[in-house]
Amino acid sequence: MYRYDEFDHALVSQRVEQFRGQVARRLRGELTEDEFKPLRLMNGLYLQLHAYMLRIAIPYGTLSSRQMRMLAHLARTYDRDYGHFTTRQNLQLNWPKLADVPDMLADLATVEMHAIQTSGNVIRNVTADHLAGVAADEIEDPRIYAEIIRQWSTLHPEFSFLPRKFKIAVTGAARDRAAIKVHDIGLQIKRDEAGEVGFAVVVGGGQGRTPMIGPTIREFLPKKDLLSYLEATLRVYNLLGRRDNLYKARIKILVHSLGAAKFAAMVEEEWRHLRDGPLELPADEIARIEAYFAPSPYARLDESAPELEALRAGNADFAMWCERNLDSHKQPGYGIVHVSLKPEGGAPGDATSAQMDIVADLAERYSRDEIRVSHEQNLSLPDVRLDDVPAVWRALAAAGLATPNIGLISDIIACPGLDFCNLANARAIPVAQELTERFSDLRRQHDIGDIKIKISGCINACGHHHVGHIGILGVDKKGKEFYQITLGGSADENAALGDLVGPAVAYDDVTDAVEILVETYMASRKDGETFLGTYRRVGLTPFKEALHGAH
Amino acid sequence: MTPQKLKIVTANRLGDGAVVYLDADGDWSARLGNGWVALDQDDETALLARAAQAEADLLIVGAYSMEVARLGDGLAPTSQRERIRSAGPTVAAGEVPAALPATPRRSA
Repeated sequence: MYRYDEFDHALVSQRVEQFRGQVARRLRGELTEDEFKPLRLMNGLYLQLHAYMLRIAIPYGTLSSRQMRMLAHLARTYDRDYGHFTTRQNLQLNWPKLADVPDMLADLATVEMHAIQTSGNVIRNVTADHLAGVAADEIEDPRIYAEIIRQWSTLHPEFSFLPRKFKIAVTGAARDRAAIKVHDIGLQIKRDEAGEVGFAVVVGGGQGRTPMIGPTIREFLPKKDLLSYLEATLRVYNLLGRRDNLYKARIKILVHSLGAAKFAAMVEEEWRHLRDGPLELPADEIARIEAYFAPSPYARLDESAPELEALRAGNADFAMWCERNLDSHKQPGYGIVHVSLKPEGGAPGDATSAQMDIVADLAERYSRDEIRVSHEQNLSLPDVRLDDVPAVWRALAAAGLATPNIGLISDIIACPGLDFCNLANARAIPVAQELTERFSDLRRQHDIGDIKIKISGCINACGHHHVGHIGILGVDKKGKEFYQITLGGSADENAALGDLVGPAVAYDDVTDAVEILVETYMASRKDGETFLGTYRRVGLTPFKEALHGAH
Repeated sequence: MTPQKLKIVTANRLGDGAVVYLDADGDWSARLGNGWVALDQDDETALLARAAQAEADLLIVGAYSMEVARLGDGLAPTSQRERIRSAGPTVAAGEVPAALPATPRRSA
């Protein structure tokens, strides 16, 4: 893992003390709320419906057990004993007191964490494939470049007042597990024809009010040019992005209005002045960062894992869990264990302090001290020996963390929605909870197979509804919660935006509607065909007819 | 003639962000039911002026007026947003559901 150097330590500590002073001045009345608000947002502190909310950055979704224990400590000491893992691989604490926040940030700094740039019109926390470094299909670890981008973008003076927030995601494989096509910039590590490693650059994707799949503006960018090209892209956006209309300020609107080709040409022109300059990444600097992420040598293990196989043969619950929650690892004899934060009836992405501690303990003992947070609001233990998997499963199960549902209908993404969020129009969490209760039968879930339901409580789309196989968007109709349902969205390498299936349905009717859509799929599917596969084959009409017949 | 909408003034407490309402005694209370009701525009303006002073006195932040309806002897919010602000989240956030089995459940 990356470790702070002296510069990082100094920067974060100084920021903590600066914010401590700002909070003190606010509480003494020397700063008004209008003056204080931009300062607190720069440090990830929001004021939500019921309380302040602190959003803590988890760079590229990687945590050590020590860091996870600190998150548990913060939740236990300063909050209500739980935290919420978000779709941007961050952690949100929903109930901190203003006077405590400087101490919380000081505690975080002791484990090399902070909340800088988790809000505001800046380059936000850079996200990456949660299987970075361990996925068998990876070309290179995307976290190396996510970290380089983090260092470049943190407190970048030119980009501290962008037209709007800016989100970058990096994936190291052709299979996209980081939703790069719906980010402001998505980077996909690839090889060119000569075998050199670089990036495909996708710009101008996004969700929200105007969802767009980002076009690729450069098929191949050499590694050394990463920062100069990003700087050129951000500079074009910073100059031309709209500042007159909040809803048209994201880079996707600029790219769309200019056209991808023209935007790309403008970036190339800007880049001409920047490339081969001070921003060029020297190979030894890449190697320096790479060394932080290079795994210590793995044990040479057999591919066979007798203990795991014995339990799998004799315990149907374990076998079912392995089927969904155990992924293949690039190293023989190791596996990736997915820790579901989607228990039946639970709030997606929530974990209690005790659960965070348990995951930290398991990581320390069994997973080379590492934990991952996925944008789908689950955790993973990336480096577990296959013969340790039974022990890990037992410990997770005892903590309510072994729901065998990764990628199934109950593995739902949901934003905090109107239960917590100041921007929301409708609730999202209880919609997810009711769905997980309706589909509680695990055999039925496994029979339905791969399906992604994503729920947002407003058009800002933190719950990624546009790219859900079934997307659910909460809207306010005359003070009542209604939900628009879309079908066929996808956030992977074949990214697509969902199609609206008909008029919005009332809060009480959402679960029935989803069940009708799922039953329609079950009745229409061919052997081995997923929900998305069937939808792409048969189209919207059968689903629309089934739903309208019932409503 | 459209009946005058009843309004009260709400805000978040500065120290912890908790939802509070300006009550009939001029205090900031967590209980909506005792809210000081503005019957007309002048009342509302006067209540918002009190709220501005409370902001200056470092008690509250982000004050605004909101619609309520009479409910028995008390008041109730008319929008879902304000119902949730008043009563708290509708979900037992962070709790591991009591129904959660110790090991994954499998149907018969």
